[in-house]
Amino acid sequence: MNETRKLVEQENVVEENHEEVMTRQVASHDDVPVFRTKDLSVFYGDFRAVRDVNVYIKAREITAFIGPSGCGKSTVLRCFDRMNDLIPTARVEGTVEYHGVNLYDREVDAVEVRRRVGMVFQKPNPFPKSIYDNLAFGPRLNGVKKKADLDVIVESSLKRAALWDEVKDRLKASAMGLSGGQQQRLCIARCIAVEPDVILMDEPCSALDPIATARIEDLMQEIKRDFTIIIVTHNMQQAARVSDQTAFFTTEVNPESDRRTGVLVEFDKTQKMFSNPSDSRTEAYVTGRFG
Amino acid sequence: MFIERETMSASTTQSWTVADLRLAGGRRRTDVRMRRLFIAAGLTTLLVTGLIVYTLVKDAFSFFIDVPKHELWNIGWFPRRGFFDIKTLVVGSLMVTGVAMLIAVPLGLGVAVYLSEFARPRVRRVLKPIVEVLAGIPSVVLGYFAIAFINPNLITVLAPGANKAFNIAAAGVAVGILTIPIIASVAEDALRAVPLALREASYGLGARRVATTFRVVLPASISGVVAALILGISRAVGETMVVAIAAGAVGGGLFSTDPFQPGQTMTAAMAALGFGSDQVAGDGLAFQSLFFIGFLLFVLTFLLNLLGDRLVRRVREEY
Repeated sequence: MNETRKLVEQENVVEENHEEVMTRQVASHDDVPVFRTKDLSVFYGDFRAVRDVNVYIKAREITAFIGPSGCGKSTVLRCFDRMNDLIPTARVEGTVEYHGVNLYDREVDAVEVRRRVGMVFQKPNPFPKSIYDNLAFGPRLNGVKKKADLDVIVESSLKRAALWDEVKDRLKASAMGLSGGQQQRLCIARCIAVEPDVILMDEPCSALDPIATARIEDLMQEIKRDFTIIIVTHNMQQAARVSDQTAFFTTEVNPESDRRTGVLVEFDKTQKMFSNPSDSRTEAYVTGRFG
Repeated sequence: MFIERETMSASTTQSWTVADLRLAGGRRRTDVRMRRLFIAAGLTTLLVTGLIVYTLVKDAFSFFIDVPKHELWNIGWFPRRGFFDIKTLVVGSLMVTGVAMLIAVPLGLGVAVYLSEFARPRVRRVLKPIVEVLAGIPSVVLGYFAIAFINPNLITVLAPGANKAFNIAAAGVAVGILTIPIIASVAEDALRAVPLALREASYGLGARRVATTFRVVLPASISGVVAALILGISRAVGETMVVAIAAGAVGGGLFSTDPFQPGQTMTAAMAALGFGSDQVAGDGLAFQSLFFIGFLLFVLTFLLNLLGDRLVRRVREEY
């Protein structure tokens, strides 16, 4: 009973924070946000994986989602390109607005969304094709047929992903022969090749060594001029280094079913999140006392 | 002894001897015995295979030495009269296999792609066992199904000039039905083995399901899919009972390339030589011709597998 009241109180605190954040951001930027979620919850069957998420993603910025395992940060990320649709039991409540349009509107086609919102995954997943064919995959889907046009796209995308110099002499070689870090940059290049509006990154560096990680982080800073980036990361330092805004998620035990549901604790400018967080749970996490 | 050693090692710092760490005698003997048992099992299969090849090659070879060579390229297959026209049988087998593949490749691969890429999990759980049950239908039954149903209701309707009782096309369709589950099952396993990560990559780039299937999943699983096709072809070439029943095997026939007339396949001709009123045991050349065809069949399937292997190597996308 006491526990429940505490939870409810915390929830109110969280919601007040959001109101504050929202008003402040709306006041300082009058352009429409790229994404805005309203009371977003995601269910897998009966299980509520994450609840009542309200975030606001601005264009040409890097937003980081941090939090302990199972807090729902990847689940929320996968709502932005409707990747959760691939899981038959997944269901969404609340809204995800993309440039003001509800992504989960009945008339919205998930494939059209994914052409604009690209994704880079935790484990590098190049196609078992040549480097060239990996890059040309997306443009070909979009109807680019002429070899000269594809050549231009392949070269420029690889250059923007800082991979061109390493692979320009072996574009016909299999992408599976690249190192892990190169494969991940290839995946970013493949994403860039379709000129998306947003790039979602789901723990893109967790399978990479520190040097490869640093290269990806540099790359993110490079491409943020052109793309809006949302990155999920386990690595707090990474969030602090690369992001402009940070959202901190945590898990909450449901007193009835004993199952864990993810909640958004705090969402603010990265600098403030790491130096002067409003919520004690954020502070505990970013200072390494928990998680 | 075991306990003794434990207490000893716990209470003293004396150095151990090899005996402390040696495998106990009884266990070592079991280990050796089991290993011999498995080696024996392996060797037995090897031996049996060797014997099969030996008998096949021995009689095939003596047939090839004894037969007048011009009889191997003749007007038809009449072994009792000394006409051993091999092309009659090879063409018959190829026609049956061709018709069978016309049926089994699109349907088998279609079923595989549907089950692996499109069906909801619940549908797949019901459908996959049903497809596999199809593989359990005895081929005798399918042989009669061919003459009782496929021929009157399909072949003679599509081709009015077809033989009303027996023909290659009806047998081919039945063999095709027999082959569907093999192709479907092996190909589906290959498709399902493609990692989810590759599908996600494709969907993430804005590919639809069809594009993902044809541009990512199929190329990545091509080696398994080709293996499925080759297994299917081998099965079709080797199928005996359906052909013996539905293609009108009477132990002999003129050379023909018409799939709508009765015909001879390698397998059916062998069966005809081996049983009933046609059995030729003791009849020198005719009996040995049985092994010669058997040897040809063996070489044919072997070449098919080799070809498949080559194809796969050339187009494989390794993940």
